[in-house]
Amino acid sequence: MSIYLDKSSKVFVQGITGTEGSYHTGRMLAYGTNIVGGVTPNKGGQKTTHGLPVFNTVKECVAATGATHQCIFVPPAGAADALFEAYEAGIRFAVCITEGVPVHDMLKVAGATPGMRIIGPNCPGLISPGQSLVGIMPGHVFKEGNVGLISRSGTLTYEVVDGLTRAGLGQSTCVGIGGDPIIGTTFVDCLRAFAKDPKTEALVLCGEIGGSDEEEAAAFIKEHMSDVPIVAFIGGRNAPPGKSLGHAGAIISGSFGTPQSKVAAFQAAGVPIADRPSQIPELLKERMGVKV
Amino acid sequence: MNLMEYQGKELFRRCGIPVPRSQHCKTPDDVAAFIEKNPGKWVVKAQVLMGGRGKAGKIKFATSAEEGRTVAREIMATPMPPNRQNPKGEPVNSLLVEETVEIDKEAYCAITVDRASKKPSVIVTRFGGMDVEEVHEKHPESFTYHFVDTAIGYWPFIGRGLAFGAELSAGYRKQFPAIVAGMYDLFFRYGAKLVEINPLVLTKDGRVIAADAKIELDDDALFRQPELKEWQAVLPLDEDEKLAAEAGLGIRNFRRFGGTVGTLANGAGLAMGTMDAVKNAGGEIANFLDVGGGADAQRVRNCYELVVNHTAAKVFFVNIFGGITRGDEVAKGIVTAMRETTSRKVPLVIRLTGTNEEEGRRILAEAGMTPVQTMDEGAKRAVELAARA
Repeated sequence: MSIYLDKSSKVFVQGITGTEGSYHTGRMLAYGTNIVGGVTPNKGGQKTTHGLPVFNTVKECVAATGATHQCIFVPPAGAADALFEAYEAGIRFAVCITEGVPVHDMLKVAGATPGMRIIGPNCPGLISPGQSLVGIMPGHVFKEGNVGLISRSGTLTYEVVDGLTRAGLGQSTCVGIGGDPIIGTTFVDCLRAFAKDPKTEALVLCGEIGGSDEEEAAAFIKEHMSDVPIVAFIGGRNAPPGKSLGHAGAIISGSFGTPQSKVAAFQAAGVPIADRPSQIPELLKERMGVKV
Repeated sequence: MNLMEYQGKELFRRCGIPVPRSQHCKTPDDVAAFIEKNPGKWVVKAQVLMGGRGKAGKIKFATSAEEGRTVAREIMATPMPPNRQNPKGEPVNSLLVEETVEIDKEAYCAITVDRASKKPSVIVTRFGGMDVEEVHEKHPESFTYHFVDTAIGYWPFIGRGLAFGAELSAGYRKQFPAIVAGMYDLFFRYGAKLVEINPLVLTKDGRVIAADAKIELDDDALFRQPELKEWQAVLPLDEDEKLAAEAGLGIRNFRRFGGTVGTLANGAGLAMGTMDAVKNAGGEIANFLDVGGGADAQRVRNCYELVVNHTAAKVFFVNIFGGITRGDEVAKGIVTAMRETTSRKVPLVIRLTGTNEEEGRRILAEAGMTPVQTMDEGAKRAVELAARA
């Protein structure tokens, strides 16, 4: 089992003929993702270099292929448009890789797509190892197993997963939720899904300074998942207050969002915090051992 | 991108938010000429992004052309004094000459992006004209919020509810809903992450006007407003932002910290993780640097030179975990950059893994460079090398 994505998920790529879209479609196919086609306006009827059908609209793509999962590689100005087009065509699961989507576009999307699960934007996507990968993650560092992972960062996720895999801790599903101020799926959304997945026995949360997502996740764990072995990591703890480091989201402001408030929230929920990514496997094994 | 007061008020005017009559001036002579033509009592305000202008003596009154020239000279003579937010201070390059108003009451109103509810949040308190953080400490109960459902949008009931909820005095009530309507319009039309009026003044003759304007625009939405992009040219960048822009990086992708371990990583998360790793290994960080999604030779060279020329780095730790970034490209970039650079040489510690890592390692090995396996190992070696140098 897994969350959000499995072998049967029928994926289509929006922007499949662009440089990034085409490159990562090839990588996803090589991983085993069930990609059924793609959408690029005015290129309908063509075949991609991978031999996949291209459609002019999402509606046509869905009608012809039965696609259920959208993966977006279009430029920032077209991301919200792509999400709304998919929503109107009945798609209820989307992954938006695009970085730099205007925050107001995402406010409009969030308010008008009830029932749609959107991962991102500005995220590396998600993977259910051994089954399917939607996004830009390097598939070979992942391994099938029972640990779920939720992360706000891209490259830091690979770092953490690499450590888990080397330590023999495979993963059920890893979700990169993205670092923007407005994201479709939060830590708590993912926790709710993982709580219902019988295969996921333990969880790793990779947070970041800024925002209050981690605090809300800690509160949810305390309330609903106190029996699950969970380890957290918070990136950017050495960032000076008031400075923005790359991510729009990683801005420390007020009491919420500081490394201290996140550490305190996780501690209150009984979740140990790794000082560095390399400590995560060891801490998680300890927690899982305690449970056994 | 943060706007200056005069730029913010221009957007207020376009969105129907009442502001005092004013003139933007670049020199003391301009100020004098304006007051000469428009006799009356005027206030001359420094146009800077820093707060605390009043306390710094950067807001002064003038009732004649000569007085206008004198106070303008005084204001422009010295930069804004440094504070925690801006340790270098900020030069005063222009002024706003504005009609004075007789203040009866001062309130506070803002719209911002609320991450948790994923909605625009309108915030009102009846305590205006002072630092909002201070108000939040002293009168937390005075704050009233409304999270706007974007599918419904802004309607006057929201403004009415806020005015009653925040106990604004009766004089505000009639005009307040239209002012919030203007702010909401501005918020979406110009892609603002913050629209703040502090103070929102009720004048003695019963008008409600925005006496100040603080606006932060979403950089990612500027492509829709080419005009505002031009406004950016007059805004001051800090030293790190300037250096980042010159190196072809995003202005937030580079920060200096004064230590001896220079760093480069791909992705903000990993770049922060790299800083944490260096700290954990007992080292001091020279900088934060997120090279972004791609890293070709020119970019790597720019980054290397940026760090060695502008920090006290004694070692350069490159930490790449390829997803969208391809290891072979980064390796080629490093090899070429080191061959071509004319800047001072510091030892390199390279950690390269992820997409196309084998090819990347082969390219580095051919150039006589041996990458380390893990981030911790790299951080440890970098700290050792920095201590030895």
